[in-house]
Amino acid sequence: MDALINEFPRYWEGFLGTLRISLFAAIGALVIGTLLAAFRVSPLPPLRWVGTSWVTVFRNSPLAVMLFVFAFALPLVGVKFPTFGGNAFFWPGVTALACYTAAFVCEAVRSGINSVPPGQAEAARAVGLTFQQTLGAIVLPQALRTVVPPLGSVIIAMIKNSAIVGAFGVTGELFSVDAGNTALGYSALSSLTGVAIAYLVITIPAGLLLGFIERRIEVKR
Amino acid sequence: MTTSVLYDVPGPVTRRRANIGTAVAGVALAGLIVLILVQLADHDQLDADKWGPLFNPANQYFVAVWTALGGGLANTITAAALTLVFALVLGTLLAVARLSSLPAYRWLVVTVIELLRGLPVVVTIYFASRVLPEVGISLPPLWYLVIGLTAYNCVIIAEILRAGVAALPRGQAEAAMAVGLNRLETLRMILLPQAFRIMLPALISQLVVIVKDTSLGFVIFGFSEFVRTANTVIQFFGGKLGVNLALQMYVAVALVFILINYGLGRLAELVQRRLARGRRSAAEPTVGEATGGGISAI
Repeated sequence: MDALINEFPRYWEGFLGTLRISLFAAIGALVIGTLLAAFRVSPLPPLRWVGTSWVTVFRNSPLAVMLFVFAFALPLVGVKFPTFGGNAFFWPGVTALACYTAAFVCEAVRSGINSVPPGQAEAARAVGLTFQQTLGAIVLPQALRTVVPPLGSVIIAMIKNSAIVGAFGVTGELFSVDAGNTALGYSALSSLTGVAIAYLVITIPAGLLLGFIERRIEVKR
Repeated sequence: MTTSVLYDVPGPVTRRRANIGTAVAGVALAGLIVLILVQLADHDQLDADKWGPLFNPANQYFVAVWTALGGGLANTITAAALTLVFALVLGTLLAVARLSSLPAYRWLVVTVIELLRGLPVVVTIYFASRVLPEVGISLPPLWYLVIGLTAYNCVIIAEILRAGVAALPRGQAEAAMAVGLNRLETLRMILLPQAFRIMLPALISQLVVIVKDTSLGFVIFGFSEFVRTANTVIQFFGGKLGVNLALQMYVAVALVFILINYGLGRLAELVQRRLARGRRSAAEPTVGEATGGGISAI
């Protein structure tokens, strides 16, 4: 604990670093994931193949392997990431985390759309609503309600996975605070307890908030 | 197809449009693949001396490379198997403790579960590998990985089992009580066996997560699991032969993980279908990924 108290500014910096990585990766994952979900329900087979392959590859391989690919293999074929504050691993890390999480976002969105009973859209068409009206007034509002809880747990899991990006060598992330503490002579127990508490400060309130939202928007059927 | 319910059955014009769209998307996809291959060739990444050691059995290094990788993979699979066993045992105990009626236990168990669930698994692994030696418990590195993974996965398994028990109809517990079983007996003889059964697909899905997370063993100093071994081989080729195998090696590593985990995923679906067909339990089996209460770990 003494590490957390004495080195609070460095923990705070790491805390903000974790939030920064998570924010960038969350935006990327939500955009790519929604796009992939659209691909997977598309009537065009080539787009469905892209969606299915992406999900199969990223869901079944470890994030650590994807980090190695983005940081060490892609530069070999001419994909150069810019540095971020002098840190070469930041953008490869964020990109890998976003691409990995996108596969799970895609599955959450897709199962949300699938969860709306077909009778809803059929009934909307039967009373004469147009395609836009059916989608906007009937299907999407219901799909959104079922998508939010699983999407929330995917994002919380992504915040936890940002620690892997930190372990990988992105400095200025919570996990990397420990390396500096060890150099200053703090015990691993003291230093890592601080790291653990800092993660819990993010994940536990996020989980409670998600539970609250879940109860508020629950579909009463 | 999901969108079909949003439209009427497509007429000839819509079908023609869909065919044109398919052709355009197909050409674009083919173009993208060609572009990637050209880019690879431009950077000499398609050379036989780079792919050969990993994918060509006739290559002189093939046997040595895969013997080394096989050793790492064996460590990875051992760690995953040990974690599964320990996490199942501890997870069941935690679930029983949480469901048993004494409130004095319950808040303690709930606190432990919530704390461990909120931590990144890479932190629990690193914690085990750094703190245990510091307090005088020196173990082979494999055990730090197993302990770190178990600490996280046992609470996930406890939550999966609790969700399984909650999914059973109340009549099951009520009938057990009515014939005179106490709470623990009800759990042990009536509820948990059924919970295991309906949550088996979810438990297999969790095994996929465990297999993937063994790769986080790279944070443990001096432990050669699959990914670390792959990096050692890359360094060897880079140093001794001046050949950078990074791309090819990670493709091979990812393929091995995808094969194992895709197989496990299909097994989970198969088990789910089998259980749903021959239902001898009162509740629906579930794969349980991304289901209620944020159980899903990715």
